[in-house]
Amino acid sequence: MVNAIIILLSFQLIGEIIIRTFSLPVPGPVVGMLLLFVAMLWRDALVARVEETAQYILQNLTLLYVPAAVGVVVHLHLLQTEGLAIIITLVVSTLITISVTSLSMKVLLKAFQAFRKAEGR
Amino acid sequence: MQALTNTWVYLAQTPLLWLTITLIVYQLSTLLYRRLHSPALLNPIITSIVVLVTLLLVTGTPYDIYFEGAQFVHFLLGPATVALAVPLYRYHKQLIQMFVPVTGVLIIGSLTGILSAVGIGWLFDLSQTTLLSLAPKSITTPIAMGVAERIGGLPSLTTVFVILTGIIGALLGQKWLNLLRISDYSVRGFTMGLAAHGLGTAVAFQEDEEAGAFSGLAMGLNGAVTAILIPVVIKLLGL
Repeated sequence: MVNAIIILLSFQLIGEIIIRTFSLPVPGPVVGMLLLFVAMLWRDALVARVEETAQYILQNLTLLYVPAAVGVVVHLHLLQTEGLAIIITLVVSTLITISVTSLSMKVLLKAFQAFRKAEGR
Repeated sequence: MQALTNTWVYLAQTPLLWLTITLIVYQLSTLLYRRLHSPALLNPIITSIVVLVTLLLVTGTPYDIYFEGAQFVHFLLGPATVALAVPLYRYHKQLIQMFVPVTGVLIIGSLTGILSAVGIGWLFDLSQTTLLSLAPKSITTPIAMGVAERIGGLPSLTTVFVILTGIIGALLGQKWLNLLRISDYSVRGFTMGLAAHGLGTAVAFQEDEEAGAFSGLAMGLNGAVTAILIPVVIKLLGL
């Protein structure tokens, strides 16, 4: 448990150091995630060390977003002037993004598999 | 009565109160959700937000005071993001096989997110600052704020749009995917992470581990791709 926390925090720390040193426009934890992923590909013994704790945290991921989300709802007055139009824009745009992404992924995966198969023969 | 007031004064000043309340509200929301056989509209994240905001308003507690307690939960978002490497590792073989089509989807999805938000906002005749702040609404907050600043939007407004998008995605996303008859967990997860960043990823994990893995990946990749594409798109649109 302590080992896993040390590994997760260390990779986050390395991520933060990297983005600050090279002024990258990506959050430190995302860089930490990619580095840990690469590290696990390199040394798979690392997986067993963090697995249990990682799973435990990820099962409760929704809880971790509560404080930030509460903050936004409290600041909703920022939307005073264009509120309704903005909400409609966000809802419609999100549904369009979900539709286009999921359908194009379905089609592209199928096409790619067919291409692979044809190539294999 | 005086003793009660004193107790309240004490409690209102320590992080203990709002940290405990946050956890209790979340736990009760989860129990309610399970009891009612998981209706999407009562996702614990939604119920928790509504209940906590109501409590803050009723007790007249400023958000800063609330956050002093809640920050301990909030802090865990960092290590949790790093922990996404584990499910990613578990599906890495599948992922490497899908590399080419996934790259295509990423660009299509990223452009759809940007253009649909700016386009619909433009139809509603929203102000230019609002449009620019809307552009990065599908990506994770820290990246979105940086992008907004660079293109002349308002980072604080962008934060509101990002979280609202996350809430909308968490609330409607999976139902909408059902309507579209998307059953593949890799596609469902990738879509949720791309369109609704971390909140989409959190509900993807509630659904299935594979969905969560792909969602976390999509959130990270789309953050980077959208950050690169937005300045170009905005220039082309002449905004």
